[in-house]
Amino acid sequence: MKKLRLSRQGRSDLITYGIILLLCLILFLIGQSSYQLQGLLVPVCAQIMLAVSLNLTVGILGELSLGHAGFMCIGTFMGASFSIYMEQFIPIPALRFFLALLIGALSAGIMGFLIGLPVLRLKGDYLAIVTLAFGEIIKNLINMVYLGYDSSGLHFSMNDTASLGLAEDGVVIIKGPQGVTGTPTDSNFGIGILLVLLTVFIVLNLVHSRDGRAIMAIRDNEIAAESVGIHITKYKLMAFTISAALAGLAGSFYAHNYNNIKASTNNFGYNMSIMILVFVVLGGIGSIRGSVIAATILYMLPEVLRFMSQYRMLVYAIVLIVMMLFTWSPKAQAWKAVQLAKCRKRLRPLTDRFRKKSSGHMTGEGE
Amino acid sequence: MRFLSYLISGISLGSVYAIIALGYTMVYGIAKMLNFAHGDVIMVGGFSAFTIISMLGMPPALGVLTAVLVCTALGVVIEKVAYRPLRNASSSLAVLITAIGVSYLLQNLALLIFGSSTKSFESVVNIPALKLADGQINITGETIVTIVTCVIVMVMLTLFINRTKAGQAMLAVSEDKGAAQLMGINVNGTIALTFAIGSALAAIAGVLLCSAYPTLSPTTGAMPGIKAFVAAVFGGIGSIPGALIGGLLLGIIETLGKAYISSQLSDVIVFGILIVVLVVKPTGILGRKIQEKV
Repeated sequence: MKKLRLSRQGRSDLITYGIILLLCLILFLIGQSSYQLQGLLVPVCAQIMLAVSLNLTVGILGELSLGHAGFMCIGTFMGASFSIYMEQFIPIPALRFFLALLIGALSAGIMGFLIGLPVLRLKGDYLAIVTLAFGEIIKNLINMVYLGYDSSGLHFSMNDTASLGLAEDGVVIIKGPQGVTGTPTDSNFGIGILLVLLTVFIVLNLVHSRDGRAIMAIRDNEIAAESVGIHITKYKLMAFTISAALAGLAGSFYAHNYNNIKASTNNFGYNMSIMILVFVVLGGIGSIRGSVIAATILYMLPEVLRFMSQYRMLVYAIVLIVMMLFTWSPKAQAWKAVQLAKCRKRLRPLTDRFRKKSSGHMTGEGE
Repeated sequence: MRFLSYLISGISLGSVYAIIALGYTMVYGIAKMLNFAHGDVIMVGGFSAFTIISMLGMPPALGVLTAVLVCTALGVVIEKVAYRPLRNASSSLAVLITAIGVSYLLQNLALLIFGSSTKSFESVVNIPALKLADGQINITGETIVTIVTCVIVMVMLTLFINRTKAGQAMLAVSEDKGAAQLMGINVNGTIALTFAIGSALAAIAGVLLCSAYPTLSPTTGAMPGIKAFVAAVFGGIGSIPGALIGGLLLGIIETLGKAYISSQLSDVIVFGILIVVLVVKPTGILGRKIQEKV
């Protein structure tokens, strides 16, 4: 009998996809329960994509980036502006939305490449602060942009709406600090699930490829990697650019959920970047599955804790600290190992019996 | 003349950044961690002084003293509860995230106790403003006190580190924790002391900041915290003179940028210059280059 044989890697990937689908099902069911929770379904998909893409930089490449929200911001504003401007030229919403997502990812990817080129020679905390600086610069600059169109084409200004010089039929797309208004709300949960799967697929395939192994070699030891002929800059840039592009994709998707979106500190500034980093670290650095689960739980947590009203963010902070201490402190890890060993010992008679039984049925089945 | 008065207010703002950056840099030097909650300790300092001075009507000196004591205790407690268990964690990012958790915690505690509305802070300084050059240059009392405080803090800290046993222990721990322990230095105590000093400095900075810009809200500390962090990296994180230079430069650039170019662009200019400096000199102005061993 021919059997579908999967490598260990393939099985692990299948489990990841399975977990995502299961999470989506749970989210869908939760979303049915209240209007507020339903409103979170699209943003939560964007958060998962952001967490997975940041994990590529932090976990796989091993460099700390605190400017991830900046790339999301570019994707959001490019994607949204494209959609608004193209509404007159491309009448098919699906095609327009697809192109807007592509534009968002492309523009953020190009930006990631341009920023990565000079910056990736820095290391550790210095790289972290420079990416933070870039994220803030992007957010501040976007808050100054005014963009509009009329029959003669696009108009751009850094001062105010009046200096755009629009004709009477003109429409303002980006209004400085008031953000972008009039984005068609094309996003929905179904597309979100597809995009999450796509993001995870891209990252997992990269990780398993030759390029991915080169990137991880750089993470583990840069000098050793260089000495076996791995082109450090190329692979660092590759990981950083892909990570930025995926963030842009998430941003463009996120933009199409809201009619109006502003670049404030909380949704595109360093607070957001840090939030995404929290998802990545809590889920497990380098674990794609972990990022997905952590992003979902942590993003839904404040909403679930809503019954505690004003105490909810306090509880959130305490939960975060306790979870970090419990998952990362060496003492807690040792304690968990001991408990696990005890548990195994207690269950041994049971598993032994099970093993005997199953080996009777499936002879010659290799692990 | 105009330029001179902008310069002076830039130095004043830079002095506050420098005092905050000192806390960042000391903690980084010794514990190798970015203490993201440092900015919120500033806010706690501001609120402690506010409670004593405005709500209880006590003299300002007592308010400053309370702020320093509260923040020192807070710094030690945070270190012991949230950071120490993770000191030997397998990833250095773990403690960074815990610091973010502590930052959320402090902000939300302040939000619960004092509410989200912005409070107006009564200045602790009652020195009259200094008028120079026929009143063309006006230096407020707050500016004078801030700059003087910054100088005193720098001198005291340098003396403390170079002349006392505890200061030397700090240097030793920041150089090599294991070797310091073998020499009989109490590593835990030294790190706790560093956090205590850093937090006390944050309290002073908080009071000065709130006196110069008389508003107070639970997120008051966030932006100055980030700016001071930038200043610390600017000067070379881990270096005490670097924190001073970075802080002053940042304050001056920000003030001049606001005055001459655009108030909206001032943050962009600050961060832009930071990027240029770091790309040219990757470990900051006074940072030491660490040779990587194979």
